[in-house]
Amino acid sequence: MRILIKNGRVIDPANKLDRVTNVYIANGRIEAVADSLEGFDAEREIDASGQLVLPGLVDLSVRLREPGFEHKGTIASETRAAAAAGITSLVTPPDTDPVIDTPAVAKLIRRNSQAAGYCHVYSLGAATQKLGGEHLSEMGALKAAGCVGISNAYTPIKNPLVEKRVMEYAATFDMTLFLFSEDPSLRHNGCVHEGAISTRLGLPGIPEAAETVAVARNLALVADTGVHAHFSQISTAKALQMIARAQYDGLPVSSDVAVHQLFLTDMDIGEFDSQCHVRPPLRSQRDMQGLREGVRKGTVNAICSCHQPHEADAKLRPFIETAPGISALETLLPLTLRLASESRMELLDAIARVTLEPARIIGIEAGSLSPGVSADVIVADPEQEWTVGPETLLSRGHNTPFRDWDMKGRVNHTLLAGKPVFSRK
Amino acid sequence: MIRRNIQLNEQGRLRHFLTVEGLKRQVLMDILDTAESLSGVTDQTVKKVPLLRGKTIVNLFFESSTRTRTTFELAAKRLSADVLNLNISTSATKKGETLLDTLHNLEAMHCDMFVVRHADSGAAHFIANHVAPHISVINAGDGSHAHPTQAMLDMYTIRQMKGDFHPLVVAIVGDIMHSRVARSQIHALTTLGVTEVRVIGPKTLIPKDVEALGVHVYHSLDEGLRDVDVVIMLRLQIERMQGELLPSEHEYYQLYGLTQERLDQAKPDAIVMHPGPINRGVEIESSVADGNRSVILQQVTHGIAVRMAVMSICMGSHAREIKEGGAA
Repeated sequence: MRILIKNGRVIDPANKLDRVTNVYIANGRIEAVADSLEGFDAEREIDASGQLVLPGLVDLSVRLREPGFEHKGTIASETRAAAAAGITSLVTPPDTDPVIDTPAVAKLIRRNSQAAGYCHVYSLGAATQKLGGEHLSEMGALKAAGCVGISNAYTPIKNPLVEKRVMEYAATFDMTLFLFSEDPSLRHNGCVHEGAISTRLGLPGIPEAAETVAVARNLALVADTGVHAHFSQISTAKALQMIARAQYDGLPVSSDVAVHQLFLTDMDIGEFDSQCHVRPPLRSQRDMQGLREGVRKGTVNAICSCHQPHEADAKLRPFIETAPGISALETLLPLTLRLASESRMELLDAIARVTLEPARIIGIEAGSLSPGVSADVIVADPEQEWTVGPETLLSRGHNTPFRDWDMKGRVNHTLLAGKPVFSRK
Repeated sequence: MIRRNIQLNEQGRLRHFLTVEGLKRQVLMDILDTAESLSGVTDQTVKKVPLLRGKTIVNLFFESSTRTRTTFELAAKRLSADVLNLNISTSATKKGETLLDTLHNLEAMHCDMFVVRHADSGAAHFIANHVAPHISVINAGDGSHAHPTQAMLDMYTIRQMKGDFHPLVVAIVGDIMHSRVARSQIHALTTLGVTEVRVIGPKTLIPKDVEALGVHVYHSLDEGLRDVDVVIMLRLQIERMQGELLPSEHEYYQLYGLTQERLDQAKPDAIVMHPGPINRGVEIESSVADGNRSVILQQVTHGIAVRMAVMSICMGSHAREIKEGGAA
């Protein structure tokens, strides 16, 4: 099908483009981005006047909950929500049940997501068998099965020697290692940032050092092994500085932050609001400012949703017993737009953090509107206001601390390889 | 968005008592005054007043406690309420019934008040947020977060011994980190306007950024006790002293045990308090615990009057709210 998206403000970080023009799509691919294209006979026209036309978002951390946790979400329910949120490519971590440590599980996820047809789904393979942190997984087979990276999810690899070998083995296959940096001994039984708020509420704290110690160890091992390492969901300004320094020194490292870390701090926990129970924990105001600055300057390469849908009961307990995580797909784009305006950031740069840069980290040809690439394109109204609530979210998880927040910016059309997969009525 | 303090009803009166934090001085003074007027009940031959006749109070204890539960039970009985004691071990809840299920079952039995103790910080807030609107919740200790009735009986004791709060310097000694009592005491003392609150202990037992609660931190007992009016010793759990946070009982007693000699640093008329149960020879010398400056047993006695006061105030503002709501 030939589609013309007319008169939108087209933002394409890959081509440093930000102006009102047209996007021409044919045979599922971008034909051209231009003011006119001779001989193009559109079968369908989308009028994007006053709206943004962007490459589909690329989200580096989305838990689809299938297989194993279908009461929280399924590949079909969550990829449908992703399409409505303008996310056309997503990366799913290996902590499903069974975990993604065999090609069979990776293939199951790919098959089910292709059947759902809403979104390109890429898996991370488990770094160790059953995520146990002891025995290397069959990374060669996982790569052959389509995994775009390796990760041990939230499970720490306690033994540094095992971690070093994981890095060496991943580097053998040129696979990017996604690292969640949290020292388990320093985390201990903590559930919130250690500081005035943990002290006031009497909740066990997770010190800043739980992250900085783990990042320091990981950086030393990266330097030793040369693996491409991606630091997921950094929460402290200090750890980010360490990573930025390593990047400056030429280490092959990148990083992302979860979008909620750019808007919330431990103060938002208030009187034990379990919707603010996340991992890593919400940190201090200073950390939030540091992360925002990192996003602005580009030392934070990507912003992810860190989507973790839960059933309502998972949050209906005393704080420490609740499941951490936020259902976050559908707030990713409006919060990114809001960040751009609050941090006085060029929209082009902000959009790059949720499109081009995450695509580069996993080495896929997405997040751009260059001629010939898959036409994963979204049309979003940057001025449309909506209120976050159970009735406005498509994800099966309604767990969000942004409930009742007024958001600005909403996706009206999502095209996946030139096919409409979502249109707002 | 203005979020109302869930402890207060529309008229700003106490309907749940979950934490001292965020309550006005007047609310605290009201509890102390009511306790004073009720303290006479205990001295009568018939130790009862009919304030809560026909009401059902459930002592919901998810964590074992004899003393606190007993004083709550006595307080409720002296107010003529019917009392139900439920000790719910965590193993029972692990069988599948969630805290919320337990609550809804009890609500169905038409109870009027829950007195809750739970090992998790925030459990009392959680329950108050989810109970039916006709039920009051009193926090009898949640994790390391709050133990507001204990703090109020301590304030009652201090007021009885010292009169005015304003000129006082108060030191709290020991395991601040894990103490819900200390947190509630700090909020009560700062709200009632004492001159200074000090916390004294090794760094492993002082929580991070505790200064934000309005206290001064001391690591030396001798320095911290200098010229104080009130010394509050905290109980040290034996399991904290097995090398994780402290090297030994012996060293703790050497550095932070309250002895007669150390007490001489404080003002000559300083009083010594302890929420109990005390570990003699671990945090406090027997001669100090039993000495003439110790008010530890008075604290226990005051516990009943203060809990009667809190129960009747919460239930009263509740009844008023329902009555006024009904008339409108």
